[in-house]
Amino acid sequence: MSNMVMSVDDVRRAITRIAHEILERQQGSASLALVGLQRGGAWLADAIAAAVNVIEPHATVPVGYIDVSMHRDDIGLRPVVPGAISRIDFAVDGTTVVLVDDVLFTGRTVRAAMEGINTYGRPRAVQLAVLVDRGHRELPIRPDYVGKNLPTHVDDDVRATQDGVVITNRVSS
Amino acid sequence: MKHLRSIDELGYDGVVRLLELTRHMVEINARPVPKVPALRGKTVVSLFFEDSTRTRLSFETAAKRLSADTMTFSVSTSSVNKGESLRDTIETISDMGVDAFVVRHKSTGTPWQISEWTNASVVNAGDGWHQHPTQALVDCFTVRQALGIERFDGLTLTIVGDIKHSRVARSNITAFSMLGANVVLVAPPTLLPPDVAHWPVTVSHRLDDVLARTDMLYMLRLQSERMSQGHVPSLREYGETFGLDAARAAKLPATAVIMHPGPMNRGVEMLVDPSALPNSLIHQQVANGVAVRMAVLFDLLAGESSTAYLASVAS
Repeated sequence: MSNMVMSVDDVRRAITRIAHEILERQQGSASLALVGLQRGGAWLADAIAAAVNVIEPHATVPVGYIDVSMHRDDIGLRPVVPGAISRIDFAVDGTTVVLVDDVLFTGRTVRAAMEGINTYGRPRAVQLAVLVDRGHRELPIRPDYVGKNLPTHVDDDVRATQDGVVITNRVSS
Repeated sequence: MKHLRSIDELGYDGVVRLLELTRHMVEINARPVPKVPALRGKTVVSLFFEDSTRTRLSFETAAKRLSADTMTFSVSTSSVNKGESLRDTIETISDMGVDAFVVRHKSTGTPWQISEWTNASVVNAGDGWHQHPTQALVDCFTVRQALGIERFDGLTLTIVGDIKHSRVARSNITAFSMLGANVVLVAPPTLLPPDVAHWPVTVSHRLDDVLARTDMLYMLRLQSERMSQGHVPSLREYGETFGLDAARAAKLPATAVIMHPGPMNRGVEMLVDPSALPNSLIHQQVANGVAVRMAVLFDLLAGESSTAYLASVAS
């Protein structure tokens, strides 16, 4: 049974709100950088950057992408995605890096991304923005910016795209 | 994938998978801290019964960048000198708990033999005249990167020199053919293998005839002992007939690239300073050596993620 829990408009409004929250917390866009987690976070990082530019047209927020597959603690259980290569072509030293992912679940991907970021330099701070927090954390990780808190069963499948968020119940029904 | 012993064993899907995985590794090598924890807890032993600079060092660098532990087996200071057999040597090292052997040996087939004696993965870093699969992957990757293409359909690879004794040539002929290239061999008849008629290649004895239709020129090292064995009359005559000089480089199409697996014999097959050639990929070959060997070790040792990677490339 599939259920759309965020519509395309809900996603757009959540992204706009997250962009506002990031700018409010940072008091502007200076020394701010967005890094999307390959692959699900890549489009969202682009979308948040675009929303930031709507709010502050002269902002130039660098956007990067990080492939965390080589940093995972469950290597061998997850595939390396072809073409989902990291690209961070700005210096992260001294910046506030906002990691961006579509769905926050166990927190293991975020942990891997925090470690991965350190191979590029030492950010002043690292924060986390997600479109959906579906719970079931296995590590002490908490997002700074959340589109929607979504209670889920651990076996549920959650898909988040620009077109909406769909939850598919794979146990009952 | 359990072992990497030949390009044939790897197959087309394996070649493509490793070339794609190498792109991830190139990015890691460009980071300020080029090290990832992917193979933490794994141990890689390099076992070189023949001399090597770039292959051994690039394997060891690759293992370290993936956080594997490395051991180097130095034949000259080992119990091989006390008469310990290859089998006992392998079993002894295996008992210490290793995950991969990187092997170079003068005898064809040694990596297959070794894999009978250990549960660890075996990587062929050169066996006799037979195979040197990671060099072929390096060369394919380097051309892909330099020309921005994925396949070599319609392109001609010309390999010049001592084909008969070259494991690099054998692995490259297979790998470049798999990716669609036409392969032309240029060598004196004494340096061609007797079974060349069965290879997917065309043969020429005159380098000047093929330069104009060459897209990728591959110069092989002429091992100096070949002269004493009577395969070539003199190094000077060999160089005049089969060496790359400025005049010959000028006959290549402007877009043609030039490669050499190293070590180079300046003044024999290379009569021109390769750094003076605009399309030389020799430095890129060495630089990519580390990334390709990272991809190989990751594919062998990281477990099922590799299989999943294969499935996603193929789909």
